[in-house]
Amino acid sequence: MKTHRISVMLCGGTGCIASGSMKLRDAMVEEIKKRGLQDEVNVVLTGCNGFCAQGPVMTIYPEDIFYQKVTVDDIPLIVEEHFIKGRPVEKLFYKEPVKKKVIPLMRDIPFFSLQVLRALRNKGLIDAEKIDEYIARDGYQAAAKAITQMTSEQIIDEMKRSGLRGRGGAGFPAGLKWELCAKVEGDQKYILCNGDEGDPGAFMDRSIMEADPHVVLEGMLIGAKAIGASKGYIYVRAEYPLAVQRLKIAIDQAKEYGLLGDNILGTDFSLDIEIYLGAGAFVCGEETALMRSIEGERGMPRPRPPFPAQKGLWDKPSVLNNVETYANIPMIILKGADWFRSMGTEKSAGTKVFALSGAINNIGLIEVPMGIPLRQIIYDIGGGIPKGRKFKAVQLGGPSGGCMPEPLLDTPVTYEDIVQTGAIVGSGGMVVMDNFNCMVNVAKFFLEFTADESCGKCTPCRVGTTVMLDILTRITEGKGHEGDIELLQSMSKDIIESSLCGLGQTAPNPVLTTIKYFRDEYESHINEKWCKTGVCRDLCTFYINKEKCIGCGACARACPKKAISGEKKKPHEIDQNMCIQCRVCYETCKFDSVMIGPRSMREELKKKEEKEQTTDAEPQSVETA
Amino acid sequence: MPKLAADDLKKIKDSYRSVFTIREGGQRVTITVHMGTSGIAAGARSVMEALLDELHNSGVSDVIANASASSGVPGKEPMATVEVAGESPVTYGGVDAIIIKKIFREHVLNGSPLQQFIVAKESEPSCEAES
Repeated sequence: MKTHRISVMLCGGTGCIASGSMKLRDAMVEEIKKRGLQDEVNVVLTGCNGFCAQGPVMTIYPEDIFYQKVTVDDIPLIVEEHFIKGRPVEKLFYKEPVKKKVIPLMRDIPFFSLQVLRALRNKGLIDAEKIDEYIARDGYQAAAKAITQMTSEQIIDEMKRSGLRGRGGAGFPAGLKWELCAKVEGDQKYILCNGDEGDPGAFMDRSIMEADPHVVLEGMLIGAKAIGASKGYIYVRAEYPLAVQRLKIAIDQAKEYGLLGDNILGTDFSLDIEIYLGAGAFVCGEETALMRSIEGERGMPRPRPPFPAQKGLWDKPSVLNNVETYANIPMIILKGADWFRSMGTEKSAGTKVFALSGAINNIGLIEVPMGIPLRQIIYDIGGGIPKGRKFKAVQLGGPSGGCMPEPLLDTPVTYEDIVQTGAIVGSGGMVVMDNFNCMVNVAKFFLEFTADESCGKCTPCRVGTTVMLDILTRITEGKGHEGDIELLQSMSKDIIESSLCGLGQTAPNPVLTTIKYFRDEYESHINEKWCKTGVCRDLCTFYINKEKCIGCGACARACPKKAISGEKKKPHEIDQNMCIQCRVCYETCKFDSVMIGPRSMREELKKKEEKEQTTDAEPQSVETA
Repeated sequence: MPKLAADDLKKIKDSYRSVFTIREGGQRVTITVHMGTSGIAAGARSVMEALLDELHNSGVSDVIANASASSGVPGKEPMATVEVAGESPVTYGGVDAIIIKKIFREHVLNGSPLQQFIVAKESEPSCEAES
């Protein structure tokens, strides 16, 4: 390979591929060839860069220029102007959403500059399908150290001292889990990886598997050496085809290099790793259910003890860790527990990857030190709430987590602090909601998910979540009555106490936290039949405040039912008989003149309209002239 | 592919050093050839090609070649700026394929700038004045 001068790191994560990065790569390679630059420019398809909302994105080195929302039509311009003439293309630079400041370099963009990359240390820097590039970034050195120089006890000791807690959600200390399994006698042990990421709005594990598949294998190698396993499985859902493909390539390459298989690095240590495709059931993220699923059984949890460390897969001692947990391990072995502890807090060491989504400017994947306040994540890294709207809540931990309101935004993100609020850190899904969200509806959304995903083994979870969902549906349809809130609370308590696994034990959390922090919304839904955000169609009336309306006509043009009428520059009006409560007018109006009233207003307004129509029919009316 | 021994990991890493110097930074020297329309018209492309050849042949991994917009200094193009980490940048004018190789050997590798071709020291000439 000749020495090139430019590296084009084009994002090939699922998000950017969906927005066209494969076509970009082909066009880029073609154009570079056409201009005779193939020896000078190296085009690399990387894993997820993280800034998914701006995709397709690419970073150009050595300058560190960041281009966003690139189209095939931009390619000749980039090659001509930037690569040949040395003039980066300004129109593709990132523009800061609030101050509209143009930022050319990736390292200067707050979304990137405020992150600390450890589990994601190779993101956007390597070709995920080339083992050599992983090795060039110190890859497999930790595994080599663990396999050739360390004893099982030394590895476990380092892991315990690091304080690394399982990143899958429960936060159980990884070193302790390994120690329990290492102490158990067994002719066959298993090292397992949980890639069954199922929370709505979560894509941390997928991105790691896509961007840096070898780090998962290396983490598993170290774990296998520590517990004495010779066989491993990576459980990935079939909905992640790109992750599966890259893991397969990685396993093949590692085998060719003798980093997997028999007698690794010339020692008597052997490990074989296989991928097991899951069908996408949420409950299979639970460890005992996952193991049943690999055995070919229906994915259902079983009571613990015995814990998987004693009797796991095929009743053999097994350790299951999450993808992100494994991604943290090589650097702990290479740089030491103290290095790992230098970030984060006493009880929550290191960093955590989060998937930011929902009502936030910078949707994407981030990694931050544990202990960072939520506010900093949402406003500094996330860039705040778009469309000039207001922050309302952030949902942490997906369907098992909870919604946290504005006053709790200064809570540091640690396992112990987040739990105090009723939410959990979870696996890292972070869904932001603005003041256009109805919290009763949000609770209903998450409960729909868990009721659907309940495996059905325990009655409290199977029946309880469905009954709770019925109550919530009733409330959002205007049929709620007094006592519903208390009923939801007492049912939640029962389901949490009597369910076998984490799914049931956490399913009521979204309901409990929304009641705790947004009780007034439940009350107005039940008592006044009024959804003040206008989300629940049966519980609202849209009308125009005539003192505020300037008659711009934007709402009338947006209305799909043509239910809004009025003269230019004069207050408009909504025909209540035609209105379908779709809320488009409310979202369109820039002058806050579309108002949301309780359901009862509809009849009043209809009567008023009828009255006006009869008076309009008389000739003396001048108002409508 | 042969099975690896623990030492082979380092060999693979070393073979990629120059690639990752471009991506990760941390280079000892950056050589910027001023391109732009006028730079290219004056022959900056052949300077760049010669520089890349020289870089490749030398086998060093801590030096990177970069392109920037034209320097905007009439009569001095093609131009190239050598930035050694910790030292002020030195800009050369009237560079061609042979001179850039000389600059590479003398200044970049041996640490002695070619005085007769230097047009500016300390601060670079303004790049905004693109013609």
